[in-house]
Amino acid sequence: MQGRNPLLYVALWLFLSLLTLFPIYWLFVISVKPAVDLFTTPSLFLDAIYWKNYVNVLGNETLRGYMLNSMIISSGNAVLVTVLAFMACYALSRFDLAGKENIFFWTITNRMAPAAVFLLPFFLLFTQIITFGDWKLYDTKIGMILLYCTFNLPFAIWTLRPTIDGIPKELDEAATVDGASTWQVLHEVIFPLARPGLAVTLILTWVFAWNEFLLAATLTSFNARTITTGLSEYVTTTGTEWGAMAAIAVITLIPALVIFAVVQRHIVAGLTFGAVKE
Amino acid sequence: MRSNTVGWLMLAPTIAILGIFGIIPFIYVLYVAFHQWNPFGASPDMIYNGANNFRRLVFDAEFLTSIAFTMKFAFFAVLSEIALGYLLAQLFMKEFPGRGFFRTIHTLPLIVAPIVVGSVWRLMTTPSIGIIPYLLRNWFGYDLNIGRDATTAFTLTVIMDIWHWTPLVTLTLLAALLALPKEPFEQAQIDGANRRQIFWHVTLPMIRPAILATVFIRLMDALRTVDEVWMLTSGGPGAATRYVGLHIWKIVFPKTDYGYGAAISVIVLYLTLVMCWLLYVALVARRERKRTF
Repeated sequence: MQGRNPLLYVALWLFLSLLTLFPIYWLFVISVKPAVDLFTTPSLFLDAIYWKNYVNVLGNETLRGYMLNSMIISSGNAVLVTVLAFMACYALSRFDLAGKENIFFWTITNRMAPAAVFLLPFFLLFTQIITFGDWKLYDTKIGMILLYCTFNLPFAIWTLRPTIDGIPKELDEAATVDGASTWQVLHEVIFPLARPGLAVTLILTWVFAWNEFLLAATLTSFNARTITTGLSEYVTTTGTEWGAMAAIAVITLIPALVIFAVVQRHIVAGLTFGAVKE
Repeated sequence: MRSNTVGWLMLAPTIAILGIFGIIPFIYVLYVAFHQWNPFGASPDMIYNGANNFRRLVFDAEFLTSIAFTMKFAFFAVLSEIALGYLLAQLFMKEFPGRGFFRTIHTLPLIVAPIVVGSVWRLMTTPSIGIIPYLLRNWFGYDLNIGRDATTAFTLTVIMDIWHWTPLVTLTLLAALLALPKEPFEQAQIDGANRRQIFWHVTLPMIRPAILATVFIRLMDALRTVDEVWMLTSGGPGAATRYVGLHIWKIVFPKTDYGYGAAISVIVLYLTLVMCWLLYVALVARRERKRTF
């Protein structure tokens, strides 16, 4: 509000940022400590940095493979989901399809399923049902890309629809009258206007896919193993290698962090979840 | 005139993918739910047992408490996230130096994988090695022990969830606030409304759809939280944080009681659906009413 010192907000946010950053800072602290030091009296600040965990992790070829897999799966899924959600939202927004509101609601029910029990049918689907000769979906990147649609596609449709609904119908009607094909309308009218919404959808689905654990742990073994699953391999029956685990966790944060920082501005513009448009 | 065929064609891939990976497994789970099936047990065959699994879960105290805990967890977590997220979104509406920077920082928890969130919080809070119990003891003489005290463990899972997901709420509500037209606020100010009146009569009705949509997504996800809580407390102490997702996992994996696990998930899915449907109706009803004006 006017008249109030903006420095007050800066101070408040500095404090809030400390709370937000602390667990992430602590993750970093764990990652740069030798294992023996973890179980001594904790101290808030580091007196020495020990990079060995990072050297080990980055030098590990298997882990690098997992990271590449994660990169391919989450990027593939984010692109596929965003494209499909864009088309679906356009259809839901502009066409008078019978039962479309029910379809809209049905999509989100796919996100509500408790993952634990669906693991078994997914496992059977991946190993027994969708097979072509020797080819199976199990442990393939394409399988994971498709599977992640079950929770990401509904989310994307729900975040993107208000954006598409918010684009005035008159614009594409005018373009259609001028002889534009549906493809041209999508490409030249809707797409540029929906860009912030599409960017948010892309990023959030990318992050969700990148972070997924339970399904990847069950449905992949090596060829499509993702980094979150690789990370959990450091939790063993003989104890947890916290240092290595934390180092991997810190490394996995970096790509998401870079993307988030770059597109920060657009995120809010694109998240107009059901905002009132008069 | 554009034909609806184009619309259906655009919707088709979504329906196909969600059909294959959503409906087929669901039908399968429904089928298994009516059977007794423990492939690694004494009788590995699937035996049809009617509604026995469902009958069993009505008397399953562990299941009922896990549902109660989950509801309690979802209620406290989502309510706090909405309240806190709204306040933070309002704070971001002001002009102040470094706003974009602080917004990036505030978004960070969102990008941390749930399994990592759980691990870090566990390391921070484990008695004897964690930094938080250590500081609380030294600064306030308070003894934090999540391994012993049920309320503490429960509260901690809620706090962890708030830490992880408030940023999403802040972003959606901030987007909603930014999209609001300015005139109603100016008008209300001219009419001499105070801040509280403006909040209740101007802001709240206009961002209600965004709040409901956010509650919707958060509620749905809070009800199926597994990874984070599993890493933080392993469901303990006792069963104090054994939320229903974890309960299902325990029945399906260590116990490999697939039939019963399937029955529970069908019920949980149904409960989630009903709750979300009610919210959705509230959401749509509002939108429809607006249109008729």
